[in-house]
Amino acid sequence: MKHTLAVLVENKPGVLARVAGLFSRRGYNIDSLAVGITDNENLSRMTIVVEGDEHVLEQVTKQLNKLIEVIKVSDLQPEESVERELALIKVNVDPEKRAEIMMITDIFRARIVDVSTRTMIIEVTGDEDKINALTTLLRQYGIKEMARTGKIAMIRGSKVIKREKG
Amino acid sequence: MGDIVNGAEALIRSLESEGVEVIFGIPGGAVLPLYDELFDSDIVQILTRHEQAAAHAADGFARATGKVGVCIATSGPGATNLVTGIANAYMDSSPIVAITGQVTVNMIGNDAFQEADITGITMPITKHNYLIKNPRDIPRVVKEAFHIASTGRRGPVLIDLPKDVQTEEFEYHNPGKVNLLGYRPTLKGHPRQIKRAADLIVKSERPVIFAGGGVIASSAHEELRQLAELIPAPVTMTLMGLGAFPASHPLSLGMIGMHGTKYANYAVTESDLLIAVGVRFDDRATGKLESFAPEAKIIHIDIDPAEIGKNVRVDVPIVGDAKLVLKELLKYVKYRARKEWQDKIERWKRKYPLSYSKDDKTLRPQYIVEKVNELVPDAVIATEVGQNQMWTAQYFKFEKPRKLITSGGLGTMGFGFPASIGAKVALPDETVIDIAGDGSFLMNIQELATAVDFEIGVKVFVLNNQFLGMVRQWQELFFNRRYSNVCLRCRRMEFTKIAEAFGGKGIEVTKPGEVEDAIKQALEIDDRPVVVDFKIAREENVFPMVPAGAAINEIIG
Ligand SMILES: Cc1ncc(C[n+]2csc(CCOP(=O)(O)OP(=O)(O)O)c2C)c(N)n1
Repeated sequence: MKHTLAVLVENKPGVLARVAGLFSRRGYNIDSLAVGITDNENLSRMTIVVEGDEHVLEQVTKQLNKLIEVIKVSDLQPEESVERELALIKVNVDPEKRAEIMMITDIFRARIVDVSTRTMIIEVTGDEDKINALTTLLRQYGIKEMARTGKIAMIRGSKVIKREKG
Repeated sequence: MGDIVNGAEALIRSLESEGVEVIFGIPGGAVLPLYDELFDSDIVQILTRHEQAAAHAADGFARATGKVGVCIATSGPGATNLVTGIANAYMDSSPIVAITGQVTVNMIGNDAFQEADITGITMPITKHNYLIKNPRDIPRVVKEAFHIASTGRRGPVLIDLPKDVQTEEFEYHNPGKVNLLGYRPTLKGHPRQIKRAADLIVKSERPVIFAGGGVIASSAHEELRQLAELIPAPVTMTLMGLGAFPASHPLSLGMIGMHGTKYANYAVTESDLLIAVGVRFDDRATGKLESFAPEAKIIHIDIDPAEIGKNVRVDVPIVGDAKLVLKELLKYVKYRARKEWQDKIERWKRKYPLSYSKDDKTLRPQYIVEKVNELVPDAVIATEVGQNQMWTAQYFKFEKPRKLITSGGLGTMGFGFPASIGAKVALPDETVIDIAGDGSFLMNIQELATAVDFEIGVKVFVLNNQFLGMVRQWQELFFNRRYSNVCLRCRRMEFTKIAEAFGGKGIEVTKPGEVEDAIKQALEIDDRPVVVDFKIAREENVFPMVPAGAAINEIIG
């Protein structure tokens, strides 16, 4: 089972290493990890997708909370949150397939952000399923390169993830 | 306006304002400014002969007093030599602050001479660590470090201080209050859970209290005794918990686990309610987890939420400081006679006492420990690791907390002797004895020099079986007596001469009849280390014993 954790941390050197080190040494599997600063420059927010049952999730949360620089850990429920990921996909383009690829891009509300004689870069934003669906379709033309940001997520509605440790 | 000071001075000032009276360490290039500042400081400086020993001594100091122990090392090898000591303190939640020198800030990452990424190395074995790049941070960081080390679940904190940060001048200001957004340990237990716990206790037929090092860390021993007597419930302890409940108390079951008493292991296995306080359900205590306390509901009181539910399922979790939680719990628990249960435990105790074979000729380690106990029941006892440690745990009757100083979680050979030095420095008027194995003692024997130099009257009672005894015992029992690499028969080596050569006192004992006199003789010397070399029966084993992977009631011997 996959869980999406929003982890509010102090924006200090080494904090990423502490979090990553904790996962590897305790044997937890990270699916993806995205990190960036928040509206408060002293705080960063990590979105970590972790694989495991309830027991693992409980341990991960508790162990993360033990890190001094971790301020809050929240388990985001998919049905209650907006989840997004961005991907850049470089595909092979045969001249006769160009229109086809552009159509697919359109259907997915993706964008073509770079074009050359042989390739195109497609930028797509969405949840994991959407990006997976697009890559499946594009694979037939030959994906030369792909970069994904990993998931970020936020609770819907007025509820926010605040500073106090939960 | 504050005074203009350099980083080194700021660090020493900060240590002084934390009340630090003694530090253990060894200087070197990257801490020269610090040591120069220490030269004029009132802080007592114990120059150890190995940084590992400095860390262990700081740890021993902390365990004996409950105060934070401090050690210092230079960058690179000095810092890496601390690592075992830091890991040891981490595993046993002992509050120490380690200060290391580092290469200059602009050199970090360049593989400079004596550079080691000590904050990276110690990340998994410290509660927290810091690399200070700006001297203005020193007062705040030191304050935070002591706060983190000594509150919540205690543990080691490391501060890495580049050399140029030590020499840079700035205007010193006292740090304000510690403000750590992400660190607010929960001290008070949840009232509803406490009431639920009390309910379960009152309803239980066969309760057992299972106490660990957390009881000692929070000084909850008095509350624990009251609770045990009120319920009433027998009390078993982990190795780290010995002393949390008086061994002579009729409700004491002694130690649980691999080398615990049979009656403790039986009682836990048959109990219907386990009241676990400040324990982490370590495998040495629980044996095979699936068969651990199979009939019991479990109440788990611990200051570290991550320990609750980590190894066993818990019915009533209570996060909080043991002392505060027990105080609350005492308000709701009522006495109820449980005659059948008490009788059963009494029968077990009578039927399966700890025992060993006695005769006039053979010098047995258990007898030595019993004699030490008889002659100095109040002594602070450090141990090494292996059989010596288990015999001490079994046969020394610890009546009070902070009297046993032993490496529980990491099982570090070589810990006991430097730790005993730290304890003796902290408590100069007390008798401090390291009950050692010959193998372990050799791992930090150089500290005899430290003890002689500083006139530290620690005693080392070597239970000398000329074996890596505990390993040999396992080879005997589980590897067909194939004694691979465990024989330490250094025919020409004499611990007494080593002790004397360092400037200490050496005493040799070969017969049971000499034991008492030797101990008394050792006790009379307090201005230098005394090593008593007890030439014990070589193949004596520690029993009873739970084989690895077995359930604790499958205890043999
Ligand atoms: C640093 C370290 N290395 C290895 C071990 C593994 N080990 C555990 S007990 C033991 C033997 C200890 O021998 P000794 O100190 O003579 O004590 P005895 O068991 O004979 O009392 C060894 C090697 C350890 N615990 N610590």
